[in-house]
Amino acid sequence: MSKTACIIAAANCARHPAGHAHPEFLVSLTKDQVQHIATLARLSLAKQEFDDVVAKLSRIVDFVDQLQSAPTSNVLPMAHPLDQAQRLRPDQVTEKNERETLQANAGAVQDGFYLVPKVIE
Amino acid sequence: MKSGWEVVIGLEIHCQLATRSKIFSGASTAYGADANVQACLVDLGYPGVLPVLNEEVVRMACKFGLAVNASISPRSVFARKNYFYPDLPKGYQISQYELPIVAGGELVIRLDDGSDKRIGITRAHLEEDAGKSVHEGFGQFSGIDLNRAGTPLLEIVSEPDMRSAAEAVAYMRKIHSIVRYLEISDGNMQEGSFRCDANVSVRPAGQQKLGTRTELKNLNSFRFVEKAINFEIARQIELLEDGGKVTQETRLYDSLRDETRPMRSKEEANDYRYFPDPDLLPVEIAADYIEHVRQTLPELPDAKKLRFTDQYGIRPDDAEILIVSRALADYFEMLAGETAATAQIAANWAIGELSAALNRDGLDIEQSRIPPAQLAGLLDRLTDQTISGKIAKEVFEAMWAGEGSADSIIDAKGLRQISDSSAIEAIVAKVIAAHPEQVAEYQSGKDKLIGFFVGQVMKESRGKANPEQVNEILRQKLQES
Repeated sequence: MSKTACIIAAANCARHPAGHAHPEFLVSLTKDQVQHIATLARLSLAKQEFDDVVAKLSRIVDFVDQLQSAPTSNVLPMAHPLDQAQRLRPDQVTEKNERETLQANAGAVQDGFYLVPKVIE
Repeated sequence: MKSGWEVVIGLEIHCQLATRSKIFSGASTAYGADANVQACLVDLGYPGVLPVLNEEVVRMACKFGLAVNASISPRSVFARKNYFYPDLPKGYQISQYELPIVAGGELVIRLDDGSDKRIGITRAHLEEDAGKSVHEGFGQFSGIDLNRAGTPLLEIVSEPDMRSAAEAVAYMRKIHSIVRYLEISDGNMQEGSFRCDANVSVRPAGQQKLGTRTELKNLNSFRFVEKAINFEIARQIELLEDGGKVTQETRLYDSLRDETRPMRSKEEANDYRYFPDPDLLPVEIAADYIEHVRQTLPELPDAKKLRFTDQYGIRPDDAEILIVSRALADYFEMLAGETAATAQIAANWAIGELSAALNRDGLDIEQSRIPPAQLAGLLDRLTDQTISGKIAKEVFEAMWAGEGSADSIIDAKGLRQISDSSAIEAIVAKVIAAHPEQVAEYQSGKDKLIGFFVGQVMKESRGKANPEQVNEILRQKLQES
């Protein structure tokens, strides 16, 4: 996903966490909201582009927000556009050890571990 | 706990499901493999791969739901829980949010005072586990092992129904017992297969509104759950009594210091922005499937307890102990079925000598050094009075050490009880002759000395004399002499 698409997806979730309709709800994003979402998405926005991003995102979100005016009180939330149920697979081990091949793509490995900058909780 | 305060506790138990392969991939879930040898493309979150749900996790979740009288959702949905951490390669965990597979159950726990209490189960949902980060041994880096990533978990969320650490532990033990009865988890806490987070708050007694809660993370033993909660209760009460406020936060329990302390926040990490995972379709479960699963349920702990007291006539408290583990209950039933001894005696030995020996050697009941049939042989000899209770314990230890059957040990060591009255009379005569002072005291009215004489005779017979006969003969001879 592109940077912008990421932020839009996140913004929609943040504004309508349970997917409920708010037909009267039609306001643009605030700077704080955009900053919050950018932080959650680990994206840094340069100062000079910030206002521009807020304005553009607001227009996109407002456009999409028109969907909120659709009457949905009698409609079950759709979990997936395909009207099908999840297929299940048998509980069998089908994967082999491909560590060597897979770790050839990694930036750094040691003793079979993937290495990342130190993270300690 | 201090009076004037009420404690409110809810638990989120993470139970690793005992499948062969992962919840969404065909990689193995076996514990203890070398780092990353069981982490495939799906587990690593490579682009273009798709998760496919393991049918076994659905069956296992259904079994659990039925076992706690919950409803199984005919339609449940997987959602993405978004956060960034290196042991979560996709940047989201696949979990369930608004539509979990199991909703609204309950179970009954036994409290210390012998009364029963109902604890509500809000929901149980399926999710994938994350990998493991290792911070030692990699210099300025952390090492990531993704073998555990994608291991199936059932997260079991209770209502805030518990009012003390002891109740929380009783609830956790009950869930532990149930998942092991159902054979949906090995419940191994050392390996992290069964762990919990505890939500703890306090409020002035009588207040309706809940106090601010803290969440204690990753408690992986029953003892830690109890200690962490008790520490947290005391901390919160002290804070409030000093006029302070409890901050809603996540805290880690440090078992070395026996205290909880706040986790460094995963900056705004509670904003998970759940949304339905477009890679997975809704899971639909048909009513006849649920009925089919219901047929496969084993007898559960509560039902087994009732049956044990009815069928075997053993004490309810003993039944409660026996049913905690299905394997111990099975052992008891085999033992009771094989021996001529009463079921209560069988229960006493299973709970007493056998459990003590298992604990001492750190073994599970499945690893018992004495099979039920062999222990039955010992209880038979106890019942037909070939040996006394004291000697039986000696024979038990010999059996535990692998010295053979009860009969062969009794014969080899010459432990057969002396029930021949002339032999006992001879020993009694010898003891009486050796203690003239005590005999005089006894005869002058110090009845309690009978215990001393019995002890001496038993000692002289190396424990083999029949105690009842000893008593009888002693009283008679002491009168006469």
